[in-house]
Amino acid sequence: MKLDAKIPEGPLAQKWSKHKFNLKLVNPANKRKYTVIVVGTGLAGASAAASLAELGYNVKAFCFQDSPRRAHSIAAQGGINAAKNYQNDGDSVHRLFYDTIKGGDYRAREGNVYRLAEVSVNIIDQCVAQGVPFAREYGGLLDNRSFGGSQVSRTFYARGQTGQQLLLGAYSALNRQINLGKVKMYTRHEMMDVVTVDGEAKGIVTRDLINGAIETHAAHAVLLCTGGYGNVFYLSTNAMGCNVTAAWKAHKRGAYFANPCFTQIHPTCIPVTGDHQSKLTLMSESLRNDGRVWAPKTVELAQKLRRGELKVTDLKEEDRDYFLERKYPAFGNLVPRDVASRNAKEMVDEGRGVGASGIAVYLDFAEAIGRLGEDTVRAKYGNLFDMYQQITDENPYKQPMRIYPAVHYTMGGLWVDYNLQTTVKGLYCLGEANFSDHGANRLGASALMQGLADGYFVIPYTLGDYLANIGPKAVDTSHPAFEETKRSVVERINKLLSLKGTKTANEYHRELGHIMWEYCGMARTEEGLIKAKGLIQALRADFWQNARVSGINEEFNQNLENAGRIADFLELGELMVDDALDRKESCGGHFRLESQTDEGEALRDDDNYAYAAAWEYKGDNQPEQLHKEELVFENVKLSQRSYK
Amino acid sequence: MSNFAKTFSSSLGKKLIMAATGLFLCTFLIVHLVGNLQLFKDDAGQAFNAYAYFMTHFTPIKVVSYLLYASIIIHAVYALVITMGNKKARPIGYAVQAGSQNSPWTSRNMGILGTVLLVFIVIHMSNFWWKYHNAELPYAKYEISLDDPSDITVSELPWDAKRLVHSDYVDTQAGKQVIVSKDLYKVVAHSFKTGWYVLLYVISMAALAFHLIHGFRSAFQTVGWDNRKYVPIIRFFGVWIFGVLIPVLFAAMPVYFYFFK
Amino acid sequence: MNLTLKVWRQKNADTKGNFVTYKADHVSPDMSFLEMLDVVNEDLVKKGDDPIHFDHDCREGICGSCSLHINGRPHGPKQGIATCQLHMRSFKNNDTVVIEPWRAEAFPVIKDLATNRSAFDRIQVAGGFVSVNTGGVPDANVIPIPKVIADEAFNSATCIGCGACVAACKNASAMLFVSAKVSQMALLPQGQPERYRRVQAMVAQMDAEGFGSCTNTGACEAECPKEISITNIARMNRDYFTAKLFKEEEV
Repeated sequence: MKLDAKIPEGPLAQKWSKHKFNLKLVNPANKRKYTVIVVGTGLAGASAAASLAELGYNVKAFCFQDSPRRAHSIAAQGGINAAKNYQNDGDSVHRLFYDTIKGGDYRAREGNVYRLAEVSVNIIDQCVAQGVPFAREYGGLLDNRSFGGSQVSRTFYARGQTGQQLLLGAYSALNRQINLGKVKMYTRHEMMDVVTVDGEAKGIVTRDLINGAIETHAAHAVLLCTGGYGNVFYLSTNAMGCNVTAAWKAHKRGAYFANPCFTQIHPTCIPVTGDHQSKLTLMSESLRNDGRVWAPKTVELAQKLRRGELKVTDLKEEDRDYFLERKYPAFGNLVPRDVASRNAKEMVDEGRGVGASGIAVYLDFAEAIGRLGEDTVRAKYGNLFDMYQQITDENPYKQPMRIYPAVHYTMGGLWVDYNLQTTVKGLYCLGEANFSDHGANRLGASALMQGLADGYFVIPYTLGDYLANIGPKAVDTSHPAFEETKRSVVERINKLLSLKGTKTANEYHRELGHIMWEYCGMARTEEGLIKAKGLIQALRADFWQNARVSGINEEFNQNLENAGRIADFLELGELMVDDALDRKESCGGHFRLESQTDEGEALRDDDNYAYAAAWEYKGDNQPEQLHKEELVFENVKLSQRSYK
Repeated sequence: MSNFAKTFSSSLGKKLIMAATGLFLCTFLIVHLVGNLQLFKDDAGQAFNAYAYFMTHFTPIKVVSYLLYASIIIHAVYALVITMGNKKARPIGYAVQAGSQNSPWTSRNMGILGTVLLVFIVIHMSNFWWKYHNAELPYAKYEISLDDPSDITVSELPWDAKRLVHSDYVDTQAGKQVIVSKDLYKVVAHSFKTGWYVLLYVISMAALAFHLIHGFRSAFQTVGWDNRKYVPIIRFFGVWIFGVLIPVLFAAMPVYFYFFK
Repeated sequence: MNLTLKVWRQKNADTKGNFVTYKADHVSPDMSFLEMLDVVNEDLVKKGDDPIHFDHDCREGICGSCSLHINGRPHGPKQGIATCQLHMRSFKNNDTVVIEPWRAEAFPVIKDLATNRSAFDRIQVAGGFVSVNTGGVPDANVIPIPKVIADEAFNSATCIGCGACVAACKNASAMLFVSAKVSQMALLPQGQPERYRRVQAMVAQMDAEGFGSCTNTGACEAECPKEISITNIARMNRDYFTAKLFKEEEV
């Protein structure tokens, strides 16, 4: 199958408006004859479900959490970008577009990214109208902060809870539609598979997590808004429940998976303390606005610090290496995430890491506290500081914080065209679950923007076109495909429940995480990746032999839920490694040691790798087939990213 | 259901009733205290008996007093209704609940304190209010010299169904003001010489103190009066006036009679 | 450190539960409370027992999933945090830790320590929104909002919907939760058109769910992981009485 991204013709700035005009519309009286399934209720899912219901479609929304409000979008801290130019500092749609394309190391589609920048301004208006309490200036107007990867202040924020506030806004819009009877909400339901009829998505199979009931649901279209797969690394900043299952099942039903190796490692997380650790905690990147990142100048000093012979506060100014400011004078501490992360890793690899484990660098607010006063710093970052103190038992007002990068976001995801449709007709993918807008690296405060852009302002238009084409013929679950898919779901559950080996699913997950982090993390090599592939295959085979899953299906069984998700991660992990192997260049979050500049920066190979890698599933334990979507850049000049 | 019925059967409406009746009872306490302070006057109870007569025979006060009785009953009944609802809201309790870590003792024990107060009110009213209205009390006759108001002679008149509860006239010939009152003062003085009764009063006033320390402020919170500027004033009144001053003065009366009369 | 855990185990909503005692040995002070339970659960699974079920997700105190009543207090002994942010350094060697689910008629136990808190969702479905459709809204800066008002609305909006307020309240009252939601919208200009409808609808739903009445103990405020103030309750009461007694708005 040839990939057709369906990017509209014409000048960049007019693509979206032209496209909107060319899309077919559904007659208002007919809209109520359509049913749309939305899986996931994060920013993308909740906003899509609400917006579609407002238009008049019947929506069935599903989430595995006990409430739609708990989707992991809630955890985003720092902010949301929008090209409002309220600060009069030279921002524009084009600049946001340019920053995003460049930040993504030229591995995203121009058309998509421009549209994202275009609708970003509407998102802020929409959220304010819903009652989202963004931070404001004394004059009553919205406040902005700056964020990594850009030189303008375009980030809107709600203290350290921007994600929660935006999600509560979308959730309230969703609630309104539930109230009006246009959305039927299914909580504690996990999507187990997509049902396709003649190659088109016509419904899903779900498991009721409370009683284990396997249910089928039919619809005219299915929207997957199921988030990213960062938990493949076991330790990540993702919530415990974040999983790839929905996307992976769709992948197995024919949706191509694009750029799976593009994962983002966030530079400012709280370092790991031990094997018991179940997840990592991120601290907003906004900390880098005022905090200064440094490591001790020499290995000896670092060793002394690690052994506790020297207190960090005793270290003299000239013994500190503010390595980001030194190497990138123009952007300083505000370089994009991938660059900041890689540099921290470099410090640790050189032996200049700090903390008991030696796997951390400092983020220091002493200068900011001196300049702004402790109260101002507390007002800006108080909750983050509290969080840090809570976890580490150290007072960040008195001594620098220790930070280390952690897996945070996955740019890869299901391949979608300009309409957000996957390679399966009628199956759409929104938000972090798709691959479209961030290329090889996402800029800070852009995830919220993309999720809401997809849900509020893109899918309501593009889905209508598909629905108008297929017509409002009633759908039900009588087609044999539903029964067949349900049977395969039950079979897999039974297979999992029959595992009575010696190792828990969690142990496999942890091992998989180690492999991924070691060989497919911040720096990757051909040799390491090949090794990882073998290890993952062996681990997967072992899982289906020696894992232990407790309980039965017909009950609330978290062990079973978890095992199912880990089984999918064990398959995804291998695909990520395949993708990383295929991409011999370095770009954004994907850093191949074989491909770097003399200065140790990621070296792209635009002649050979300016494509999105879309992988087609070919059957269990079969190599997947690679399809390349060539990326065409007409409006930006591909250049070596430089933040110096 | 009508709008009003709906309002007052809602959880917030019930609370509003508790707050309104509670605050009304608080204002009554002030009036009651001012009157009872007459007990400390060294006039053989003349002022107190006059006050008792006034309270039971002045029409506007009589109307208010029925409101007062209603308030006590409504306050208690609604407390019961709310408490039963609250019990239903948590049918299975905690094995361990560390309430002391997150809330003041008084706030968690309003029901117990209120029950003590209710028992007290019943005893208190049956002893004084009921006796005053129904029992065959003797009369006190006060002869006050017009030249020197501190020169008072008291004599006791026996119960006589035909006699007025209270009369007040000036005997110009004798140069005396003659006041005859149903002698509630005597009942009070007698009661306050009884040990267990004094103890009951002191305990009940302690209960009143704790009940009001939480209750007064809480009523304002319930009606939504929580302006930051005034909350400190409300708290001050709740603690020092209603929580300390009023109960202490009330408790001082039986103690004073027991030890010093 | 070594701990003794007394954990409420209940197979499902229809069965009766009871406390079961477990040993948690070699607990590191750096572990979070939930990580300590993870370790206990790993052992249980290996032994072929049913692991202890509890809701949890983000493990950074923002999703509001975790909901354990630890030694008599929701989210454990510390203030201003959710259970997932509680670290074992808050306990001492040989401590006995009693772990119970949230207890409320409106939060029935699903299994072990997990409860059904969908009552909160239904309260918000009843009116916790501003009725605007996507698109067609004015520019975000058209209506200036005083910073203090925006900040106060934000303080109310920080609620994570965990239900600790209900769990802490001796009356299992949900007033702090509902009032935080009502307040946020009531403070902001965007919430004004539906201000009095909203408060009535949400309070009616709160009552229908079977929560208790507020007796102003302040336990909710003390246990709220986001330290939401009971000022919100006063604010909600004021709006509710205004709506019911002085405004002519249906609902």
